[in-house]
Amino acid sequence: MVDHLLGIEGLSKNEIHRYLESAQSFVEVSERDIKKVPTLRGKTIVNIFFEPSTRTLASFDIAGKRLSADTINVSAGASSVKKGETLLDTVRTLESMNPDVLVIRHSESGAPHFVAQHLSRASVVNAGDGAHEHPTQALLDLLTLRQHFAESGRDIEGIKIGFVGDVRHSRVARSNIWGHLALGNRVRLIGPTTLVPRDLATVFRSDRVEVAHSLQEGLDGLDVVVCLRMQLERQDEHFIPNLDEYSKEYCVSERVLARCCPQSVVLHPGPMNRGTEVTGDVADGPRSLIRRQVNNGVAVRMAVLYLLARTAEPHEVFEP
Amino acid sequence: MTLTRPTIIQGGTVIDAASGREGLFDVLVEDGRIAAIEKPGQLSSHPEAARIGAEGQWVIPGCIDLHVHLREPGEEWKETVRTGAEAAVLGGFTSVCCMPNTKPANDSAEVTRFILERAREAGAARVLPIGAISMERKGKQLAPYNELAKAGCVAFSDDGDPVADAGLMRRALEWCLMLGLPLSCHEEDRSLSCGGCMNESPLSLRLGLKGFPGVAEDVMIARDIELARFTGGRVHICHVSTARGVELIRRAKNDGISVTCEVAPHHLLLDESCVSGYDTHYKMMPPLKPHEDIEGLFRGIEDGTVDAIASDHAPHDRDSKLVEFSRATVGILGLQTSLPLFVELCSQGRISRRRMVELLCYGPAKSFGLSSGTLRVGSEADITVVDPLKKWSFAPSEVRSKSKNSPFIGREMTGRASQVLVGGRWVVRDGALASGNKEVSE
Repeated sequence: MVDHLLGIEGLSKNEIHRYLESAQSFVEVSERDIKKVPTLRGKTIVNIFFEPSTRTLASFDIAGKRLSADTINVSAGASSVKKGETLLDTVRTLESMNPDVLVIRHSESGAPHFVAQHLSRASVVNAGDGAHEHPTQALLDLLTLRQHFAESGRDIEGIKIGFVGDVRHSRVARSNIWGHLALGNRVRLIGPTTLVPRDLATVFRSDRVEVAHSLQEGLDGLDVVVCLRMQLERQDEHFIPNLDEYSKEYCVSERVLARCCPQSVVLHPGPMNRGTEVTGDVADGPRSLIRRQVNNGVAVRMAVLYLLARTAEPHEVFEP
Repeated sequence: MTLTRPTIIQGGTVIDAASGREGLFDVLVEDGRIAAIEKPGQLSSHPEAARIGAEGQWVIPGCIDLHVHLREPGEEWKETVRTGAEAAVLGGFTSVCCMPNTKPANDSAEVTRFILERAREAGAARVLPIGAISMERKGKQLAPYNELAKAGCVAFSDDGDPVADAGLMRRALEWCLMLGLPLSCHEEDRSLSCGGCMNESPLSLRLGLKGFPGVAEDVMIARDIELARFTGGRVHICHVSTARGVELIRRAKNDGISVTCEVAPHHLLLDESCVSGYDTHYKMMPPLKPHEDIEGLFRGIEDGTVDAIASDHAPHDRDSKLVEFSRATVGILGLQTSLPLFVELCSQGRISRRRMVELLCYGPAKSFGLSSGTLRVGSEADITVVDPLKKWSFAPSEVRSKSKNSPFIGREMTGRASQVLVGGRWVVRDGALASGNKEVSE
């Protein structure tokens, strides 16, 4: 039975903590002079990205290399996909090279699940599929919050977190919400009715999710605010009138945070549109954990690759 | 095989919605027509007649499927007129109406005649072509309705490409008034469905798949009902899948508007949760719906709002389904599964036996103005004998279609067409295609 990481939905609290604890132990590796451990020596990791990505691809690549695995990056632009090959044929070709892990990003929701169903040997890691899930981003966000709350003597469990913006199309929000619900947290989804539909809360089958369409009401009393990227295309698809109108109502500024949730910290999965979904004074200010998120990316991906690709014998040192 | 001498189907329970007949009767078939229906034993004056035993079985009019895709001409690797017509009779269907989304589209007498010629060679089910509403089904220019009707088309449809231009739809309805033929409409407002590949709901938000909201279907049903009212033309609503759509049709019928509708078996038996694992075999158009809509469809079936069951038989090759969900082709096979699935619904008590027969036979015939769908004496002998207790498995080897895209493959079925007669010809015998030109013998 091959293990995959296709989404956060369905993971238990313990499974999430296992990833986070493992990731925390890898943070230290990245701070060393020699940033490499022999853990996955002899293992092969293929990163296949059917959608452009800079930070996620780089961070998976570095993570694999720091674990001493052999990593290969295939970007769809350069591959046979452009020549009309099907997804299945492409991944079967790659599987014939016997990778231990296949990291896949794809613009279509469910593509990693489809691949996982048709591969027999490799573990599949979802590096973002359509508007569905982006589990490693959620894990690094959770790790960032865990560190932050631990430093102030608090626990990540029991917090109130809000997601502001295009929740409808956000795989980052989707994965994060499942994670926070598993940890017992309260979640608020904040945005206009077109992007935060009224029935969005029912998706998660939990009474700990609520919807707010006003930014001020939504932010009230939150411990954590996650600003989501707003894409210009949403204007042409009639989800918003225009970016200006959107940002006047929903841009997260220091002024509104200071009034509604003065103690809160702010996350942004990147890439950021400064002035659209978040102001510069927030992004660069003291409540911003954005730099820390980026730093944690490699450690989280090391943990995921390690837990999926390690050989049968247990490496107690990284066990929780 | 031709029944060259009179044949008696004896001992079965005749169920015929058109004549209201339900009970034990023997049926005499002579010269391709139903010559007599009498109480058991009353037909003893025909000692020379061949006998088909139907004890414990249902004798119903040959079933009619108003909505199938036979893929020929143009996509013969998915299905041909022959394989489709053979799958039809194996499934108990003696007539199938084939949609014009062939390549080229059926917008000319040449294509219609080609399909009919292929059907004649196949010698299985009757194939009744549906012509296009617009040239190349592009919604820009009316198709030549008289030419198509003379060549043999029984209705018109642009199939999966809904007629977006209401003005064109109006003129099409007005023109077809002269022919007395219905327009069969796939109801979808593309500006609302927006490329959605599953029902828009909390589940689509969870899966991150683009949603197709039910209202995209409802607004087009409402539009076409109003156009039918305005023009007096006949509209047939394809595969209605929403509770609201059924309600709109119910009200239109109460208002006396010429509207009929069909429901597809998969919309009754499968719900939207089936797509949770991104299995492309559950990708349909319109998409599978939640429970509330399914209940609405059943209400429409019970109260008579729904006129017909139509399978939307849509063969697709394996490769076109073995892709990302949003890129997969839509639809499933239906011809060999419709009848057994409905027998199952009957035995579960979800639908009465009589209503089932009406939805598969007389209802579709009335919707398209066909003379078949009944066992009245004098009508052509299109007859299906159903063994309602026959247990069988829908194994891949049972699939007569060239494609095998069905989520029901492997399902244990109860009920099957055991004998099928088309115009008196015995085309399915003991559940298998009759081959050669053997005499009917006991």
